[in-house]
Amino acid sequence: MGLEILVCIKQVPHPDHFSEIRLDVGSGHIIREGVPAIINPLDRNALEEGLRVKERFSGKVTVISMGPPQAQKALEEALAMGADRGILLCDVAFAGADTLATANTLFYAVRKLGKFDLIYCGNETVDSGTAQVGPQLAELLDIPQVSGVQEVAFVDEKTLEVRRALEHGYMKVRLKLPALLCVTRGINRPRLPTVQSIMEVAQKEMIIWKAKDIGAPPESIGLKGSPTCAAGVYEHKVGRRREIMQGSTEEQVQRTVARLKELGAI
Amino acid sequence: MAEYKGILVCGELADGKLASITTELLGCGRKLANELKENLSCLLASDAVGGAPKEAIAFGADKVYAVEHPALKEYQADSYMQVVGKLVKDISPRVILIGQTSMGRDLAPRLAFRLGASVTTDCLDLRIDPGTKLLVQTRPVYGGNAQAVFTSESMPQMVTVRTKAMSPLERDASRKGEVIPTKIDIDTSKVRTKILETVKEEAVGIKLEDAPVIVSGGRGMGGPQPFQTILKALADLLHGAVGASRPPADNGWVPEGLHIGLTGKIVAPDIYIAIAISGASQHTAGCSGSKHIIAINKDPEANIFREAEFGVVGKYEEVVPALTNKLKELLAG
Ligand SMILES: Cc1cc2nc3c(=O)[nH]c(=O)nc-3n(C[C@H](O)[C@H](O)[C@H](O)COP(=O)(O)OP(=O)(O)OC[C@H]3O[C@@H](n4cnc5c(N)ncnc54)[C@H](O)[C@@H]3O)c2cc1C
Ligand SMILES: Cc1cc2nc3c(=O)[nH]c(=O)nc-3n(C[C@H](O)[C@H](O)[C@H](O)COP(=O)(O)OP(=O)(O)OC[C@H]3O[C@@H](n4cnc5c(N)ncnc54)[C@H](O)[C@@H]3O)c2cc1C
Repeated sequence: MGLEILVCIKQVPHPDHFSEIRLDVGSGHIIREGVPAIINPLDRNALEEGLRVKERFSGKVTVISMGPPQAQKALEEALAMGADRGILLCDVAFAGADTLATANTLFYAVRKLGKFDLIYCGNETVDSGTAQVGPQLAELLDIPQVSGVQEVAFVDEKTLEVRRALEHGYMKVRLKLPALLCVTRGINRPRLPTVQSIMEVAQKEMIIWKAKDIGAPPESIGLKGSPTCAAGVYEHKVGRRREIMQGSTEEQVQRTVARLKELGAI
Repeated sequence: MAEYKGILVCGELADGKLASITTELLGCGRKLANELKENLSCLLASDAVGGAPKEAIAFGADKVYAVEHPALKEYQADSYMQVVGKLVKDISPRVILIGQTSMGRDLAPRLAFRLGASVTTDCLDLRIDPGTKLLVQTRPVYGGNAQAVFTSESMPQMVTVRTKAMSPLERDASRKGEVIPTKIDIDTSKVRTKILETVKEEAVGIKLEDAPVIVSGGRGMGGPQPFQTILKALADLLHGAVGASRPPADNGWVPEGLHIGLTGKIVAPDIYIAIAISGASQHTAGCSGSKHIIAINKDPEANIFREAEFGVVGKYEEVVPALTNKLKELLAG
């Protein structure tokens, strides 16, 4: 038996290089050549959760990503961490997807793959960070979903108790599988691949599907299925007046006090 | 097709009172409503809404839909969705404003999905395009390194708005408006998650998000001690709160809840004092909305000095206690 577990991962530019991402002001296109890509950090936490559940109850962990051909690398890394099977949804027809079109695409793939007991997502990505894909996929699949998940405990193989982060504290909720959980950073420490597990990647299954393979109607995916329209991306510059003080501590303190007064802090 | 008209704010209560994010949404909604010459409505849903509807009017609402039901005691997607979904169907608003809070982050994408509309999350700026009457939505991307502008032709136009990004109106108790008690049936069999408990983690002193001043420490603090002594003393004096970059939280020097940045809290105080923080973009993503940033760092090349408007180059062990003492003297008269 065992549990069927799905982990959704997105390949994103490395956050250390965000400042190198150039924006073509004319076209509004994002130029990220040379910027290394990684698995969205929270998606590693999502995968770690999936792997732990599998280790406890037995089962199979599938990782899925919609993205360009190079996103296969992210899936391979996930396989090296211990996932059993990778699915890359890759087609020009998927390009330009907003969150709704992304959720739709994932939905058609899930439908084709069959039943899952547990679906894990990151709570949000580091690049666009809308935190929408998880809840929207759950709506499509019509299964319960919790965001901001900090902790998951199994009451039995079909029932979970989940700790969900709130502004000033947390909430504990109980739900039945199948369910979709969007995880936060503190939930676990993702494992690193081992030499052994890296060598096993080549033996694992990697499926690449196009839109027609998953039976996704053209009007619900990619740019066509996206009600959101980007009107432009521009660099964010704060024009702050600057004063940097070196010199003696006494002088510095005096100037700082004067500034705090000016700002009305005292 | 139905005619979409007016602005709807999905309100929230905090400890039985109108939440500050809701007053901010009403402030923003009022402006948009005036530009469109349409109405501003507010939905308040809870087990008991108390005086909050009157408050919502004092902060700018024309109409308040007050929904009371035991199943609404705490936010749960499956019960709230039924209420919001029904109201939106009944009044077909042009624009829906939701807070970028734990409730809003959960509710907005689902609602958008059900309505087949788009939603732009975490907006910092909103305006109406006078030609098309569409909402022009600005939100940060790439951890605040860039901003993106979105529009959508789908109706209703939905956004979530970052806390503190908008200003509430001056409270005016004489403002006129209508409270509409609204009965909406909730099918509790559709509520698939069961709340077992809700725990409030009491912040000692002022909450980070509400603090007018934040005194924030980084890895350069060297350990937990100075957070509780040196930083706290300065924060207390300025009626502020202590915050941190990620390494202190990772190292367990401070609770996780104090961690500010891309993967932590996003704050926008009047004054943000960054001490022994290098100013990585993932950190400044969480504080760049502050009105004023002051940096104290021993490294004159530290990136934080590029974000700050006022910087002190020095060791915090020397600068901060001296600063605190000077302020104390001053306040003592
Ligand atoms: C700079 C920038 C800004 C953008 N802003 C918007 C916007 O405001 N509104 C909008 O609708 N779209 C926006 N997009 C498009 C958006 O990035 C895509 O729709 C994307 O596929 C999902 O959105 P997200 O990254 O915000 O995911 P989130 O909803 O933040 O992701 C949550 C989780 O969903 C899963 N997931 C997300 N994407 C994928 C994927 N492709 N494959 C597998 N699993 C996935 C992961 O588990 C992830 O952790 C933007 C894109 C960029 C590059
Ligand atoms: C995906 C991702 C997400 C992240 N999210 C976040 C986030 O949300 N928040 C966050 O903060 N970081 C985040 N980070 C980490 C971030 O990249 C930086 O590593 C981190 O912000 C550095 O913290 P720091 O400035 O405290 O430490 P450091 O960079 O080590 O800087 C310490 C500073 O202290 C100064 N210093 C040392 N001793 C003294 C002294 N005695 N007096 C004065 N100054 C002194 C040094 O000059 C130095 O500038 C994230 C990273 C990644 C990859």
